[in-house]
Amino acid sequence: MTATATEAPRGTAARSASAARPAPAVTPQPMRDAFARAVTASMDADPRLTVVLADISTDRFAAAAARHPGRVVNVGIREQLQIGVAGGLALTGLRPVVHTFSSFLVERPFEQVKLDLGHQGAGAVLAGIGASYDYAGAGRTHMAPGDVALLDTLPGWTVHVPGHADEADRLVRAALPGDGRVYVRLSEYGNAAPRPVGSGLLPVRTGSPRASGVVVAVGPMLDRVLAATEGLDVTVAYTATPRPFDRAGLNRLVASVGGADVLTVEPYLAGTSAHEVAAALGDRRHRQRALGVSREAELRKYGSAEDHDRAHGLDVEGIARSARDFFLV
Amino acid sequence: MTTTALRRYADLPALVGLMTGDEKHRAAAESTLDVLWVLYDRVLRVSPETADHPDRDRFLLSKGHGPAAYYAVLAAKGFLSVADLRSWTRFDSPLGHHPDRVLVPGAEIGSGSLGHGLGLAVGTALGLRAQGRTEPRVVVLVGDAELDEGSNHEAIAAAARLGLGAVTAVVVDNRSATHGWPGGIAARFEQEGWTAQTVWGRDHDALAAAFSVRGPRTPHAVIARVQPKE
Repeated sequence: MTATATEAPRGTAARSASAARPAPAVTPQPMRDAFARAVTASMDADPRLTVVLADISTDRFAAAAARHPGRVVNVGIREQLQIGVAGGLALTGLRPVVHTFSSFLVERPFEQVKLDLGHQGAGAVLAGIGASYDYAGAGRTHMAPGDVALLDTLPGWTVHVPGHADEADRLVRAALPGDGRVYVRLSEYGNAAPRPVGSGLLPVRTGSPRASGVVVAVGPMLDRVLAATEGLDVTVAYTATPRPFDRAGLNRLVASVGGADVLTVEPYLAGTSAHEVAAALGDRRHRQRALGVSREAELRKYGSAEDHDRAHGLDVEGIARSARDFFLV
Repeated sequence: MTTTALRRYADLPALVGLMTGDEKHRAAAESTLDVLWVLYDRVLRVSPETADHPDRDRFLLSKGHGPAAYYAVLAAKGFLSVADLRSWTRFDSPLGHHPDRVLVPGAEIGSGSLGHGLGLAVGTALGLRAQGRTEPRVVVLVGDAELDEGSNHEAIAAAARLGLGAVTAVVVDNRSATHGWPGGIAARFEQEGWTAQTVWGRDHDALAAAFSVRGPRTPHAVIARVQPKE
């Protein structure tokens, strides 16, 4: 009881402190559930949809499996086969939807992603969970901060990084009818409100004509970027679809402000989009800084996603520090 | 048609020779030659006219190394022209040292990196079954050394448990696996619920008989033994 008594005032203080802020910088977002619901709901109308699982989230697809026998396949803990099966399904005209942890979906069977999908000219929707460190307590084996950078080595991939469960729903539903190769990076953490998706870089806060530059916030980074850059004269632009990158949109946004300084804040490896920013601004002198998961060393820590945000400078304080350092020169 | 005169088994060495030179004895020694011929001549229901038909039989060349015999058989069966063969491995040729399905008419998969065909075959069979297409077969050719790749064993283990009777694997065994397969290759498949048969890979009738086996829910493996690799 002593512990509860001493904790109670602290908890109250924390609550009143957060109540004073306009919105929390990180909001739990059940994107995996949104994804499973969107796919399940679409399977009735679209006979091409076929879900390929590897023992992860089988509970969430139990109803779909009962309703559409043969169109929910669980291959067991065999991720090379999981992608190979997706390639084979696509070659018969079906639309595979492939799901497991991002680390086992993109990294472990990377050659299958490269050859059984891309090289065959076959399409699929890959939907990964875990993101960079959603399950921080699980450690390095379940972290995939390099997923988007890896896919960036392959041509023709669309990459969605939703910042809200509603965005995940919309992006998944839009990806299902096509034939292309689409990766959806689902996370358990995101923003308080959904934003419009699917139309390139969206200005969320517009700087003055003399603003220092543009901050690009990808998916779950938006709310914390908005909080971190509140006092700065910059344009904050949002995207939940970093690939293909909206080069023309970034060029226009930079042209509309005074400075050509671009800060990217991405929830995966720092600098993953640096080459895109450079290509977008090839016609003008510019500066850029990239925030994301550090490439310097393997962080052998557990704890929570929040702990890892802080360690990588991706919490509000860290982003604010980097933004001031970059823009106020 | 330039290929009309070159449609027989006896023409295959000449067709291979268009790609690799005039060493006809080498062409005949291609480990996959007889298996490929028997499949395309007597087993697979697929032709240039039905190459895109959803109910065609599928042949997946997983062992993409040394595809000259494959190209020769495709030419003998009218999928490729003599001009295609003559262009082989040139910059603009559809034919490389490993086949690319996007470039080669009649090729169901692109291969070269070993250990991809069985997984694609399992997916193809699942896709056909999901669409109610119970007729087509999915035949995948692998090499005995290719079986070293672990990805094959994910597919072998899953195929029978998923009840994929449409799948037939043919393992061309020229004893090239560095560490061998103690106890035999057939036993690996049987242990995982397949039926398996070992035949001499140059005996056309024996191959055809082995390929005639098809269980409703049991995949079948044909181990085609040929002369050991030199």
